[in-house]
Amino acid sequence: MAQICTMIPVAKEVGSLRAIASGGIVSPTGNAELSAEKEREYRRELVRRALKILQEEV
Amino acid sequence: MGEKIRVVHYLNQFFAQLGGEEKGGVGPGLKAGPVGPGHALERELGVDGQVVATIYCGDNYFAEHEEAAIEQLLGWISDAKADLLIAGPAFESGRYGVACGAICRAAQVQVRIPAVAGMNEDNPGAALYRKSVYIFNSGPTVARMAPVLGRMATLAIKIQRGAPLGKPEDEGYLSQGIKRNEFAVKPPAERAVDMLLAKLRGEAVQSEISSPQFTAARVAPPLGDLSSAVIAMVTDGGLVIEGNPENMEPGRPTRFTAIPVTGLERLDPGAFDVVHSGYDTTVANQDPNRLVPLDTMREFEKDGVIGGVYEVIHATGGAHAAVENAVRIGQSIAARLKAAGVQGVILTST
Repeated sequence: MAQICTMIPVAKEVGSLRAIASGGIVSPTGNAELSAEKEREYRRELVRRALKILQEEV
Repeated sequence: MGEKIRVVHYLNQFFAQLGGEEKGGVGPGLKAGPVGPGHALERELGVDGQVVATIYCGDNYFAEHEEAAIEQLLGWISDAKADLLIAGPAFESGRYGVACGAICRAAQVQVRIPAVAGMNEDNPGAALYRKSVYIFNSGPTVARMAPVLGRMATLAIKIQRGAPLGKPEDEGYLSQGIKRNEFAVKPPAERAVDMLLAKLRGEAVQSEISSPQFTAARVAPPLGDLSSAVIAMVTDGGLVIEGNPENMEPGRPTRFTAIPVTGLERLDPGAFDVVHSGYDTTVANQDPNRLVPLDTMREFEKDGVIGGVYEVIHATGGAHAAVENAVRIGQSIAARLKAAGVQGVILTST
């Protein structure tokens, strides 16, 4: 399991070691400040990183 | 003072004086009156109670035939018209401790009499039964049998008579995690400063709250081939079907929802809602893919980056979750995903 979240230390404390920083509390896999196209790219990058960390030893 | 409390005492084969490990397979038995440590227990009960019967069972027999053993033992407890069951103390003996906890809980539920077990706080029986049974912390060593029986008798009499109990550390039983309101002479600010000063003086300080105990989860081994793996999405950010037909809780969750997404390319804001009392859900409601990235995952599925998207999103609203509920919810979701052959999970948290 990879976790996309804001409070990384909390995640790690309970053993969620594959945790990566999200787009923020209110939009873990998005950013309402960005244009639609930029936000799509941002989400693709974030999910790509989450998938990558699933394959890594932690 | 009224009539004497009729006490039934539970022992294992060793304390019932049948023998050691070689007698562990002995089935349930009954003797009239006290046996072994039961004599000291009866002295400690004094004018308040008497040991009317002793029931026993070999530790191995109990572990291997728990249901049958309990049924037989409960029968004798009922026949003895017991008002109270006292089990052990088992000190550090694991199987004996588990048996003490099990028979006490069964007596409470099925015979409806109070029960007290004795064992060391590290005994596995304590972890299993401390929440449902009063467990007196006997410490590890059998050398303390006499004082332990004295304090166990006092505690058991209080419980049987329905007398108010003091704090676990004063009465000697293991905390059951129950909070009771009480009046304090000093306001919180003064108590906090007192505590700080005591700490600075190097004195013992007892916090008024106990923080939840977290057990860290085991980390899964790395995923092998991503392009053949089915990946599931889970969120604690409160995704629900539009209109929240299942009435999912916005906070303090006790359950989760399983949302099918077969045939969907993305999470359409008209078809889904976000319900969560712990953050402003406006931007997630405008585009729920900001909470659960279904649109991106479908693209990766199409491009062959991943083997497939698991067709159900599991969601709960994680605000102010009780640790026990959160653990149960997490374990239930994990078990479902595992059974469905899912190989990886992306969990999004707000």
